[in-house]
Amino acid sequence: MNQLEQDQGGWTARRAEIDRSCATPCLVFYASSIFWLLAGTFFALLASVKLHHPEFLADWSWLTFGRVRPAHLNTVIYGWASMAGIATLLWLMCRLCRVPLMYPAMLVVAAGLWNLGLTVGTVGILMGYSTGIEWLEFPMPAAFLLFSGFAIVTLWSVATFAQRQAEHVYVSQWYLFAAVFWFPWLYVTVQLLLMLFPVKGIPQACINWWFAHNVLGLWFSPIGLAAIYYLLPKVIGRPIYSYYLSILGFWTLALFYNWAGAHHLVSGPVPAWIVTASIVGSVMMIIPVVTVALNHHMTLHGNFRLLKYSPTLRFIVFGAMSYTIVSLEGSMMSFRFLNEPFHFTHRTIGHAHLGMYSFFTMTMFGSMYYIVPRLTGREWHSARLIRIHFWGVALGFALMYLCLSIGGVIQGLELNQAGESLEKLIAQFGYLDGISKFVEGFKAQNGAVPFLEIVHGTLLWLKLRTVSGVLLLAGHAAFAVLMVMNVHAWGRRHIGPTLFHDEDAADYDRALRQARADLTPANSGD
Amino acid sequence: MNYATWIFLGVFLTFAAAWLGLVFFPHEQLSGLRAQKDADSGQVFPPPYSGEALYGRSVYVREGCWYCHTQQVRGGDYNADLARGWGARRSDPRDYVHDAPHVLGSMRTGPDLANIGARQPSDKWHYLHLYDPQLTSKGSVMPPYRFLFELRKIVGQPSPEALELEGAASPAEGYEVVPSREARALVAYLKSLDRSYEFKE
Repeated sequence: MNQLEQDQGGWTARRAEIDRSCATPCLVFYASSIFWLLAGTFFALLASVKLHHPEFLADWSWLTFGRVRPAHLNTVIYGWASMAGIATLLWLMCRLCRVPLMYPAMLVVAAGLWNLGLTVGTVGILMGYSTGIEWLEFPMPAAFLLFSGFAIVTLWSVATFAQRQAEHVYVSQWYLFAAVFWFPWLYVTVQLLLMLFPVKGIPQACINWWFAHNVLGLWFSPIGLAAIYYLLPKVIGRPIYSYYLSILGFWTLALFYNWAGAHHLVSGPVPAWIVTASIVGSVMMIIPVVTVALNHHMTLHGNFRLLKYSPTLRFIVFGAMSYTIVSLEGSMMSFRFLNEPFHFTHRTIGHAHLGMYSFFTMTMFGSMYYIVPRLTGREWHSARLIRIHFWGVALGFALMYLCLSIGGVIQGLELNQAGESLEKLIAQFGYLDGISKFVEGFKAQNGAVPFLEIVHGTLLWLKLRTVSGVLLLAGHAAFAVLMVMNVHAWGRRHIGPTLFHDEDAADYDRALRQARADLTPANSGD
Repeated sequence: MNYATWIFLGVFLTFAAAWLGLVFFPHEQLSGLRAQKDADSGQVFPPPYSGEALYGRSVYVREGCWYCHTQQVRGGDYNADLARGWGARRSDPRDYVHDAPHVLGSMRTGPDLANIGARQPSDKWHYLHLYDPQLTSKGSVMPPYRFLFELRKIVGQPSPEALELEGAASPAEGYEVVPSREARALVAYLKSLDRSYEFKE
């Protein structure tokens, strides 16, 4: 008993020391990430409006659709998601290794390099210096700055891992450790093969999609999963359901995800074996995804009531469930009969946002609700703003996903209804009567649907998507205000978390106690 | 060996395996592809881009045309690329041997352009379409690229390449709209997109 209390006393002091060491660099990364989130949302809205009102701001070459769209993609990927991810990664790594961050000033330098790279890259794209390769549009100098910043992050993460004081290596550390290797490998390979010594033609397309898909699966997914694996048990106070499932999930992700990229080239001008290998990899992803989903579900099982109170938990669980859905959707969309009609439509944009937004972004919001108060020592100032944030982004995302999916499916069927293609598609759905009948409705009456009619059919969905963008922006603005308030110490001292509703504190405590009722001190962990 | 070494090895090997599969072997298989020379006519397929078209290609890349237009006619059972008339045959890896960056594209907000040069050979149409897509394709959501054109005072005779604009679209009296060097190059590139030749086995 005394032993336990002493240990916990030592760990509390240690924990405070770790949080202090992480505070400056992690807050710089988080604050920058929110800036880029707002910038990226702004570019997204511009692009979205331009898709249904092409005359909107049309005479400024630097705001033309073909430049604003990559500006959106790159600011949210490298600005928002990567910077939020790096801060989360650093803090989790230090906490799980139980060592303070060494020379935190160097990571502030890394954040500076990263921000400079983003500024140069974004301005470069708007000025017309895009490389023309999707997901890698930043011109060379920007890529160099990003890489320099990232090299510091990798070195620091590996050094922290090497000095770890904890005996046990938790599954989150596996994911983080892998992510800090995978990302630079990917990035250096593509910079060498596509920018410095560019290969031509189809091999370039293969490398492009190998990178673009792996950035999701080998950089963002591991960080998101690491955060969920850490925060889910942490908030509800129960250990993760199965250690073995978590290891199985990790190694099958490492084995299969790598292969999935070329499913973006289905039936395109590439050798069929490459595409087939990618389809196999995509379908095998069902194993890690179901494994992880089962593990998370069983950990939370019986305590879903807590979602009513805890912002961290609600955002994280939203993210975790989206991970399952987006991955299974991705496996399905790699099949030739679904990929060919729907790949080049707004459906794919919807799918991409289900991954990057609904899974990763929501997980990062959840992580920040948990981590930032530990860095600043202040709790969140306003439960109302948290509610605006949650409902703005949750409803905004749901609307966007519905619009892009419905609009995209109609677009795909109309684009591909000429010739025999729909007959063959219907044959695939033979046993699903409703779907067959729905597809049948699109069969060619008098030759192919004219292209401009298809465009006209998407307009309603594209306009509604702009509405969803406004909701998302409102949510992001609420979160930005919360963050500014927190950093300026407009909040109560950190004791317990700010909940969705202030009056629920007693209920929340009761629910938490109940969740932990059957645990003995031995397996309650920290 | 400690934990970190094992994780590192596993992470490295899984990564390396897929790198071999999706980067190294495709490169080995395809990087040797060259354009084909027809022994009888001496013509080369695909023909290399002219300097003008190559400059136009850089405008195509810079303005992000490829975010809405693909350049690939797919094979396969479940799409209508051929039935829509986007090409006479499926695209072949050899069609792209001159291309860097590749502009295969990932979205069809607009139609495929792999053979736009064959479908739409008219300079005049392309200039009007780029200047204001509504003039040729009412209801299009393509942005107008007026910034690739110059509004110029007519000195002496009107320029032969001036756009024939009518009604509300026409410039003020005594002025004309002419394509800039970039617009001319872009149109040269678009007209060069014609993959209707056949490769010999």
